[in-house]
Amino acid sequence: MFDKTILEEVRKLKEGYDASVEKSLGKQPERRESFTTGGGIPLKRLYTPVDIDGVDYEKDLGLPGSFPYTRGVQETQYRGRFWTMRQYAGFATAEDSNRRYRMLLDQGTMGLSVAFDLPTQIGYDSDHHMAAGEVGKVGVAIDSMADMETLFDGIPLDKVSTSMTINAPSSVLLAMYIGVAEKQGISMDKLSGTIQNDILKEYIARGTYIFPPKPSMRLITNIFDFCSKNVPKWNTISISGYHIREAGSTAVQEVAFTLADGIAYVEAAIKAGLDPNVFGKRLSFFFNAHNDFIEEISKFRAARRLWARILKDRFGVTDPKALPLRFHTQTGGCTLTAQQPENNIARVTIQALADVLGGTQSLHTNSMDEALALPTEKSVRIALKTQQIIAHESGVCNTIDPMAGSYAIESLTNEIETQAMEYISKIDEMGGMMAAIEKGYVQKQIQDAAYDYQISIEENDRVVVGVNKFTVEEEAGSLQLLKVDESVGTNQAKKLKELRDSRDNIAVKNALDSIREAAKDESANLMPAILDAVRCYTTEGEICGVLREEFGEYKENIVL
Amino acid sequence: MSDRKIRVVVAKPGLDGHDRGAKVIARALRDAGMEVIYTGLRQTVDQIVDTAIQEDVDAIGISILSGAHHHYFKAIIEGLAARDASDVIVFGGGVIPESEIPDLVKMGAGAIFGPGTPTSTCVKWLEGAVAEKRKAE
Repeated sequence: MFDKTILEEVRKLKEGYDASVEKSLGKQPERRESFTTGGGIPLKRLYTPVDIDGVDYEKDLGLPGSFPYTRGVQETQYRGRFWTMRQYAGFATAEDSNRRYRMLLDQGTMGLSVAFDLPTQIGYDSDHHMAAGEVGKVGVAIDSMADMETLFDGIPLDKVSTSMTINAPSSVLLAMYIGVAEKQGISMDKLSGTIQNDILKEYIARGTYIFPPKPSMRLITNIFDFCSKNVPKWNTISISGYHIREAGSTAVQEVAFTLADGIAYVEAAIKAGLDPNVFGKRLSFFFNAHNDFIEEISKFRAARRLWARILKDRFGVTDPKALPLRFHTQTGGCTLTAQQPENNIARVTIQALADVLGGTQSLHTNSMDEALALPTEKSVRIALKTQQIIAHESGVCNTIDPMAGSYAIESLTNEIETQAMEYISKIDEMGGMMAAIEKGYVQKQIQDAAYDYQISIEENDRVVVGVNKFTVEEEAGSLQLLKVDESVGTNQAKKLKELRDSRDNIAVKNALDSIREAAKDESANLMPAILDAVRCYTTEGEICGVLREEFGEYKENIVL
Repeated sequence: MSDRKIRVVVAKPGLDGHDRGAKVIARALRDAGMEVIYTGLRQTVDQIVDTAIQEDVDAIGISILSGAHHHYFKAIIEGLAARDASDVIVFGGGVIPESEIPDLVKMGAGAIFGPGTPTSTCVKWLEGAVAEKRKAE
């Protein structure tokens, strides 16, 4: 990137600097013997043009909106429009969550993001015995399309984009969303949004799987196919590193395992006869952001470049619309501390700024109280305002990719890409991501990183303000917390009973029979049958129950 | 008797998939010389109580980040009592508001460790609690 004679001069200058520093270190040592990123990548004292000598501007960085998208996926980035400020929310009943969504829309949120409770995520109705104690706790309880109608009451679905954190039963919840839109008089081709639909990271890190890998992958590719024909603006998957990072991975592992998951989905879809130039356009990603500012910014840039290269070189993708890695980011849940929770506002700000400088397409900022409970309205508002301050006051959105060309950032971007690629090659050697999960390789890597992280805090090698340094005696319970009432479960069960008494149960039975038939025929697409079923108010648990009978259930491979 | 290794079940009750904490604590207890049985995800109350009894453990550590802590602590403590195994220590951690801890303790939970607790604190507490229990036996 630099002229040879200039580089030679820099090299000489740096040698002088190094010699001088070495001399003074005896008298004035640095804070530690060696420095690394949060994820353990060694950091030099000083980066200079010499460190990015090998970078070819056009091939490695390019322009915004052009291959390899290191500098961003849009030509004008945030000068055109800001990222979507999208706060993940949902709790208790559909009525409660509907109120929270309207508040968020009112406060300037630009897209909805639905959190479902665990029974919904795992395909149990609220009155199932496995749902006891969990109904409405970590998200909203949705049993049938009737709940979904309440959830989006007064929210025109052609005017918002909605992201749904749903994986194993994605088809069912997407079908309900389409059904609600139809009732609002909106056809499915007008809908925009995202379903997470990423089962591999459920096996690796998040745990809300239902079915074994093979039928799960089929459900996913069925959705790719159905949406490319009927819901063209829908992001059919959000390949998620977020939870891999939450489970304890490093930044490099987050990129590596997420993209390796991505490779597995692309391979499965190609095998199912789909064209990556078509479904590639609707793949989206989801990343985490921790406090190590420069590592995080570099991580996003590296992920974008690596994914574009994988699609082009490995899968021969040529359509420029299918190459860019578009992603949502959430600030790091596990970086929030229960101690001195107000400090989390500062952490979230640093992380959110890294996301924006890393070029995210949409962002959720965590609330300060989330290490303790679901966030209150007030803390959610502060989190959203944090994004608005970055957008409108910090000035970082007024020029594109302003961190580019930083010797440290470009150098780390290269390093993260290289190290991630090493993991991906290793996974390839094992026979791909599914094989690596079955061997427990990925889980073990993540757990080791999580354990090392914990030890580094306990040995005070890593400082967490308010936890292992700068602690204060705190007044317990100074923060007002949100509590979900235990009656949500019984109310939801009552609603279910009323629904089962009043709906057309013959239609429900026929719909379930059709789903069973489609499930048996591997060449069939399950989406149309599921759509018919939700339209006549078949419940999620009933649909997943039939699929459980046909597909079986996944059994966790415990690695410790 | 007191040099018999401490045996403990680390369990993930219910549907919660967050197992980072459970696995870190399982490993820390093991590194501290205890015998640890980690159940894996999606355990019912009966499964956890069965495991504890079959494995003849001193304690059950449960990790819950889904807000269902009240339900599961109560059910597990009652489940142990119904099987005449109330001497098994029940402790836990996760995303549990401090204001709800007294309730869980009243129910019979030995201790609740919130986010940010050093694993060494849990190890020390458990060693003490088991020594106490064995003295009583």
